[in-house]
Amino acid sequence: MSLTVIYTIATLSVIGTSAAVILYFVAQKFKVYEDPRIDETEKALPGANCGGCGFAGCRAFAEACVKADSLSDLNCPVGGNETMGSVAGILGFEAHKKDPRVAFIRCNGTCNHRPKTSNFDGASTCAIAASVYSGETDCQWGCVSYGDCYYSCKFDAIDIRAGIGVPLILDDKCVACGACVEACPKNLIELRKQFPKIRKVVVACRNEDKGGVARKACSVACIGCGKCEKECKFDAITIANNLAFIDSDKCKLCRKCVPVCPTNAIIEEGFPPRKIVTEEKQECSTT
Amino acid sequence: MLKTFKVGGVHPPENKLSADKKIEVLPIPKTVFIPVVQHIGAPSTAVVNKGDVVKTGQIIAKSSGFVSTNIHSSVSGKVKKIDLSPDSSGYPKLGIFIDVEGDHWMEEINRSEELVKEFDLDGPQIVQKIQESGIVGMGGATFPSHVKLVPPKGMKAEILLINGVECEPYLTSDHRLMMEKADEILVGTQLLMKAMNVEKAAIGIENNKPGAIQLLTGKAKHYKGISVVALKDKYPQGGEKQLIKAVTGREVPSGGLPIAVGAVVSNVGTVFAVYEAIQKNKPLFERVVTVTGKEVKNPSNFKVRIGTATSELIEAAGGLPENTGKIISGGPMMGRAIISPDVPVTKGTSGILIIPETEAKRKPYRECIRCSRCVSVCPMGLEPFLLMTLGQKQIFDRAENERIMNCIECGSCSYTCPSYRPILDYIRFGKAKVGAIIRTRKK
Repeated sequence: MSLTVIYTIATLSVIGTSAAVILYFVAQKFKVYEDPRIDETEKALPGANCGGCGFAGCRAFAEACVKADSLSDLNCPVGGNETMGSVAGILGFEAHKKDPRVAFIRCNGTCNHRPKTSNFDGASTCAIAASVYSGETDCQWGCVSYGDCYYSCKFDAIDIRAGIGVPLILDDKCVACGACVEACPKNLIELRKQFPKIRKVVVACRNEDKGGVARKACSVACIGCGKCEKECKFDAITIANNLAFIDSDKCKLCRKCVPVCPTNAIIEEGFPPRKIVTEEKQECSTT
Repeated sequence: MLKTFKVGGVHPPENKLSADKKIEVLPIPKTVFIPVVQHIGAPSTAVVNKGDVVKTGQIIAKSSGFVSTNIHSSVSGKVKKIDLSPDSSGYPKLGIFIDVEGDHWMEEINRSEELVKEFDLDGPQIVQKIQESGIVGMGGATFPSHVKLVPPKGMKAEILLINGVECEPYLTSDHRLMMEKADEILVGTQLLMKAMNVEKAAIGIENNKPGAIQLLTGKAKHYKGISVVALKDKYPQGGEKQLIKAVTGREVPSGGLPIAVGAVVSNVGTVFAVYEAIQKNKPLFERVVTVTGKEVKNPSNFKVRIGTATSELIEAAGGLPENTGKIISGGPMMGRAIISPDVPVTKGTSGILIIPETEAKRKPYRECIRCSRCVSVCPMGLEPFLLMTLGQKQIFDRAENERIMNCIECGSCSYTCPSYRPILDYIRFGKAKVGAIIRTRKK
């Protein structure tokens, strides 16, 4: 072996060893202690990074869980009680059970209920359409149907239903992360309590206009008549600004408000049929 | 070589169809709807009640702050109701409905057409009178005029610019006003000069109105300190900052007000309103509106009472053509399509433009091909294609650094885009969001 090779190997080994020693001491000096439970908690979370918990991602949520004194204010809507149970197990906290939620679009203004009165040909996003003018129909409160909620959903839980006029939330896929709630410029989407078999009784309207104006714009608009409020025995229904609202935390799914509504603004879903209902096929003429 | 601004600009076909039509007085409508928000700033508060009898020129809504104005009844009659009704955007706005009975004006208004040249008010009195008369910027921005006339502390106006540019295609209301009320405009200019205590005033007029330039140049000789500047026709020369650059060569700093370079700009319509308010004691309750369009039988300029329904103007111009695609309030570049012809004329309505179906629809847009036409036409020196993408991707901090708030929304970028991209739509969206972010930061 020539001398050059030996020198090279020797020099490199010396440099390597001394660098390793320096790095070892530097690492010791600047060591940041990280709670191993953060990693463990993060592993238990769904890893969707959807932001539904209110934190930047699952890691940030895990850090918050480890720092917190109790889990009562923290909830991962995607994982639900099961995930929060295992997080509580890891951290040694008491698990707080929370009602699972599901998103609902409070507008039933499909095109056979709510005729178009004008055309918008600008950039097709709800945010821009809503900022430019009141919408293609006479209802200024309802869905503008360019699908900002659809694009915001990371779980494929929204069917845009092109041509029908209002998107549909697929209850089995919805994790109630709330992304669509923020995306909707008309504030139509609400996170409601999820009942068994995803049954619901909801006022599918946000129209705060006076009854006559609302009804003229849309045949299934809530006119704020107050019949449902009188019918409800559980104080779940309140009328404000010409609009009824059913509080899902108080509702007992008795369905008594549904038949009294003169405009069919209250809809029930997930129940066995009361009587034979002929399904109306909804189709829109594209103008 | 005619003066103009240096950066960007486009020159759309002018189509000034009603340029030779004299201003006609539109008959008083049967009923008017006068919104209480016709200006930028705080809404005025209604001071009449249902059933009250009002006279033409009577205050019906009082200003509710410094950046706000009074609103006067444009007709005489009975207040029918105070209710919500859709404005041009379709969102309901509060306003006063008045059923017209006769035409009884307030006694103090001088209704003669005679020119009154002399005035003996001092500056603050003129500003106060302007404030009382409910005068706003009538070029379309509707910013209360009295606010502009009081410069912030430490700043002083040196020159008053009168905007007679009317660079928007189709519109001719300012042009006709200059042709028919030249002396009144010059007296109004002197009033504003006095109000602001400036020695110099310049009236900027684009070269496509040679008649107005000639007339005003001839008459301006008899008025001290007023000159007329002919400008090369280029859109958006009527923009405040562009006009200052074109006439004085000064550049308003980014984010600054025109007063920062010693200039204040007023539209000729506003100047005429100032003349009427001070010399004739007549508050702002009527304005000149151009009704035009390629298919319109009789494109005209009307003197209209505020609150008249748009449909009445269209009817007077020969009715709504059958193949109408869009009705636009304002000009084709910066105007907005209205949702129905029932919306009223307000203080900021400079024109009603009717566009046939064949031209009304936007073409489907395609990808950006990086041709940079929008960059070269932007009069503010921005990069519209980039601002659009930032708006689309909602990257608002970067958009703010790219000076999105400097955009004057002239629409030159969308006009020139070969891919028909809705550039301005997204920039407006970005501006709204960035504006909100800036406001919350200040709090």
